[in-house]
Amino acid sequence: MADVTFTVDGKKLTAPAGTLLIEACREASIAIPQFCYYPGLSLQAACRMCLVRLEKVPKLQTACTTPVAEGMVVVSESDEITQARKATIELLLGNHPLDCPVCDAGGECELQDMTFKYGPPDSRYTEVKQHREEQQWSPVVYFDRPRCILCYRCVRMCGEGMDVWALGVQNRGVTSIIAPNQGDHLDCEECGMCIDACPVGALTSGAYRYKTRPWEMNHVSTVCTHCGDGCKTTLGVRSVDNGSQILRGDNRDKSGINGDFLCIKGRYAFDFANNDDRLTKPLLRGADGKLAEVSWEQALQHAGTKLREIRESSGGRSIGVIGSNRTTNEENYLLQKFARTVLGTNNIDHHRTADFVAFARAISGEKDRAASLRETMTAPAILLLGNDPTEQHPLLAWNLRTNVRHHNARIYLVNHTGIKLERQAHESLIIPQDGYANVVRFLAGEDAAFPGVQLGDEARKFREALRAEPSLLIIFGSEYRGRDVEALVNFGMGLAQARFACLGDYVNSRGAADMGLLPGLLPGYIPVTQGGAFAEEYGDALPQAPGMDLVEMFDAAERGELAALYVVGSNPIARYGIDPAALKKTFTIVQDMFLTETAQLADVVFPAANLYEKAGTVTNTYGDQQLVKKAADRAGVRTDFELMVRLADSMGADPRKLVPFGRGVHADMGQTRGAQSGEADRHAVWLAAQNLEPKLSPFDPFAILDEIQRLVPGYQVSRLELLAGNDVHVQSSLVEIDAGPERHALILPAQDTLFTSGTLGRYSTVLHSVMESHATKPTETAAD
Amino acid sequence: MATLVSHPDEVKLLSSRFGKGATSIDKYIELDGYTAVRKAIELGPEGIIAEMKASNLRGRGGAGFPTGMKWSFVPKQSAKPKYVLVNGDESEPGTCKDRLIFEHDPHSVIEGVIIAGLAIGSRMGFIYLRGEYRYLLTIMEKAIEDAYAKGFLGKGIFGSNIDFDIISHTGAGAYEVGEESALMESLEGKRGIPRIRPPFPAVVGLYGGPTIINNAETLATVPHIFRIGAAEYAKIGTERNGGTRLFALSGDVAKPGVYELPMGYNLKKMIYEVGGGIPNGRSLKAVVPGGASCPALLPTEIDIGMDFDQVAKAGSMLGSGGVVVVDDTVCMVEFALRTMKFYAHESCGWCIPCREGTDWLKKTLTRFHAGAGVAKDIDNIRYLAQNMLGRTFCPLGDAAAMPTIAFVDKFRKEFEDHLDGKPCPYAHQPEAALAGV
Repeated sequence: MADVTFTVDGKKLTAPAGTLLIEACREASIAIPQFCYYPGLSLQAACRMCLVRLEKVPKLQTACTTPVAEGMVVVSESDEITQARKATIELLLGNHPLDCPVCDAGGECELQDMTFKYGPPDSRYTEVKQHREEQQWSPVVYFDRPRCILCYRCVRMCGEGMDVWALGVQNRGVTSIIAPNQGDHLDCEECGMCIDACPVGALTSGAYRYKTRPWEMNHVSTVCTHCGDGCKTTLGVRSVDNGSQILRGDNRDKSGINGDFLCIKGRYAFDFANNDDRLTKPLLRGADGKLAEVSWEQALQHAGTKLREIRESSGGRSIGVIGSNRTTNEENYLLQKFARTVLGTNNIDHHRTADFVAFARAISGEKDRAASLRETMTAPAILLLGNDPTEQHPLLAWNLRTNVRHHNARIYLVNHTGIKLERQAHESLIIPQDGYANVVRFLAGEDAAFPGVQLGDEARKFREALRAEPSLLIIFGSEYRGRDVEALVNFGMGLAQARFACLGDYVNSRGAADMGLLPGLLPGYIPVTQGGAFAEEYGDALPQAPGMDLVEMFDAAERGELAALYVVGSNPIARYGIDPAALKKTFTIVQDMFLTETAQLADVVFPAANLYEKAGTVTNTYGDQQLVKKAADRAGVRTDFELMVRLADSMGADPRKLVPFGRGVHADMGQTRGAQSGEADRHAVWLAAQNLEPKLSPFDPFAILDEIQRLVPGYQVSRLELLAGNDVHVQSSLVEIDAGPERHALILPAQDTLFTSGTLGRYSTVLHSVMESHATKPTETAAD
Repeated sequence: MATLVSHPDEVKLLSSRFGKGATSIDKYIELDGYTAVRKAIELGPEGIIAEMKASNLRGRGGAGFPTGMKWSFVPKQSAKPKYVLVNGDESEPGTCKDRLIFEHDPHSVIEGVIIAGLAIGSRMGFIYLRGEYRYLLTIMEKAIEDAYAKGFLGKGIFGSNIDFDIISHTGAGAYEVGEESALMESLEGKRGIPRIRPPFPAVVGLYGGPTIINNAETLATVPHIFRIGAAEYAKIGTERNGGTRLFALSGDVAKPGVYELPMGYNLKKMIYEVGGGIPNGRSLKAVVPGGASCPALLPTEIDIGMDFDQVAKAGSMLGSGGVVVVDDTVCMVEFALRTMKFYAHESCGWCIPCREGTDWLKKTLTRFHAGAGVAKDIDNIRYLAQNMLGRTFCPLGDAAAMPTIAFVDKFRKEFEDHLDGKPCPYAHQPEAALAGV
């Protein structure tokens, strides 16, 4: 829309016609107080805090519902307006319990802030206040009625934002109350968005309430470790006797790729880190065959010596390495470098949750074909094949819903079953479970693509509408693998302006593939047979024959042909259903947080830190790279990065060759930088981005980030953006590759629900309690 | 059925068929019914609106907006269906006029709705009755049924090529849905909470379609305008206030009841001549001229003509035409409390000033009247009302604030007489004052 010019408090401002006055003022740094207004949700005009004076209008008007118009003259602060706001605060405080000293929101409460600014010094109220007992609505949501100011943010967040509609308003007048639509409990996705949206302490988190005061915590914005969307989450961390403990996750830092959004896992499921079952001492299998706690020196010494012996006696080909979907890019890069240059093996793989290799191959040689997550919020038309984002990619689901709500995006849905996003779909097509390859042929024009199935007019209507789209964002789940990915991408390329996204699970699945945790491919999907820049960098140490993949490694182990296996943050025994006997003859080193099924079989177990206890970067499934900041700490554990360097060191390798650190003596772990809650320490960020800050320690992941940026195709992104905490989209590989033979069995989607998260999820108390609560309560289907 | 009253000063248009069995469609036709709509069909949309503008009819719901102008705001072309909506949610304390129309002359409403529909090119009307008027629904539904049977509703009404349907519906008992946009929400099956405006109903109304929403009395008046002619109708009232109005006279008068008087009829005359004056040798203390939301007038302020402009000039509002007469035995603090109890009960709770303000005022007035008031309470009451005024989401907050401010300003001495723990020094007769409500 065309710009209009208007005046606020004598200041001439310009904004597109139709912009809400409250937003236009915010842009111009004119603060207008608000309770009920929440950007992106429907307008209420209920709290009356944003009243302003418009010239020639008799009554004060709400800035949240007034679109700016040419020549409009606005007064946003005056005695009359201040009095109106003061009176509103007085009215609110009349029935408010004023229990700020024990309220979770104390110190970060919008009502406190407003009272501070406008509030009266004393109360005219002498009557008995309305009181109701607090209620628990779900394992994670509590409601303190007396604190509620009825701004309806929670109702709208749940309904409009989440499309869950679990909250409503009951009664009228002063007895109006926010209440679950299911009577006494929430039948919902337990996202906790209502709590984040609540401007006061009415809705509180079951996981956090009464644990601390906000100012006692450090607020560190980092990336959630769970699904492949990679939401930014702000962790509230407090010092405890054995480190620093995460007390809450929230989304105060709305600058992230997820904007307003966080799901249950991002908000609550950090609690695995505090689980009592965590390993905090290295374990070594003794002569009695049992794992026993030993010192770090002993464990490293034993593991290093043994690995060195095996490498020297049987060669690198007899050693296997399995990496993780939840370790950082720097760790994954280091792991493959360690495997290839120190262990001398290409036997390296990870739990593949999607076929990123086939995707990279399909779009290789094409520029800008991989879409970032941000585009799902803006693309005018989206084709979603397979997957159920509500369960597996909650942020994607949020973005798609928001895109439909705000921009009337058209979603074309192809699935073998009804999924919740159907409610937002422009067109839906249900296909047989094994029909994902066929549907691509059908969309491409082949009417008889489904043998024996006659597709109706609806399907043809779907196809026609889809093909008429001038641009299309194609998002596909792990239903597509190998040649099917290629066929889908080829179909998309045939349409005008198609861009793609491949959905994998866990925070760094994409990063694991990008960083070359693959037997045949180096970082950036460069075939080991070619070597490229890596041949030069790594020198003769780089083995050139492709190694064994994950399944082949266990097959070899079963045959007694795998002498050693190094597993970093992965549980292949449970996830791939491998017979534990397979590892009988293999010297196995596992580094993990817990004694998983795989760790139980190991000869050496190192207690590892999780993503919230380290720094680095991760790449989400769309290829958006983000900075991970160290939030928590646990005495006794080491980061995977440090463990790899120490293991290499104990094998007698030169750490300097592995991690290019140096130029200094003082060891800074690179973890003390950065301010809190997304507020960047600009000078430190600038220094680091310009490469002016010396990497002082071999354990500094940023030392190897230099190498990644230098060598891995697509990762030459702006360091300033990255280190400032912004998401940067990595370019897809431009190198022509051949992924080798199809191994569908290797792709194992996590099949997580909203309340599960692989092996890690088992250690989350919150996820457990929510699952138990949902199992015992009769739930209505979401569509009701 | 209520007993009907009469006075020689009355000009009977709207009430001309009251008590004559006009609920029967045949009787209604015999009494000149369904002639206006035939004229309207001939006039066509523009002719109808011109006639309405010429009649100087102003909305009888309370705000007094010129009806013809309101109709002319509806866009001619619309992708969504247009609707005519009857606001029969008559809930203003002191007002009981629409009830008589539904009870005695339901076909006049139907006829008015059809004419409004013809004016804007709508094919469907809704008659929304107050929840407490559920017992009138059978009358209304019978009337609609009869109109269908005669071919006055349905396909090709009155032999024309125009289709028109009417559906009746009742509320669930909320004053708030008398507010037009809240009524639409309620009719759509949602909580009865007003909408943000603009857009106004004429552009985006019921189910998102352009909508005319008028008070039942307004629409029942429409056929009479076409029957006697707009010019003739306009002549009856005063300047810019055409026609007659049903005044509901209640409280401490000898002959309470609903009287149809010309717009601009003198209030003093209405009380002392039409209503027969104050009974039992008592004297007048105050008059609430247009329903509970209108500031009370003192006996010295009532020598005014009852039209929208003159009452506004006197510092109050003509409102819904509910004239409540208060004699010298009534405690004005208790009267204020009764009024506030009503608004606190009926506040929808949507916005802070109204939700909290009405409740706070109710509590303060309750305590105050019970003798536990302190001097600063009087200013507090006024302060709270003053700070609701003009700041709420819909006019309900104003409706609660305006009379309260007037009570404090005009009867401050009565408030002061309640201080120092004294029991109410005035006789307890608010029940009598509001008996006609």
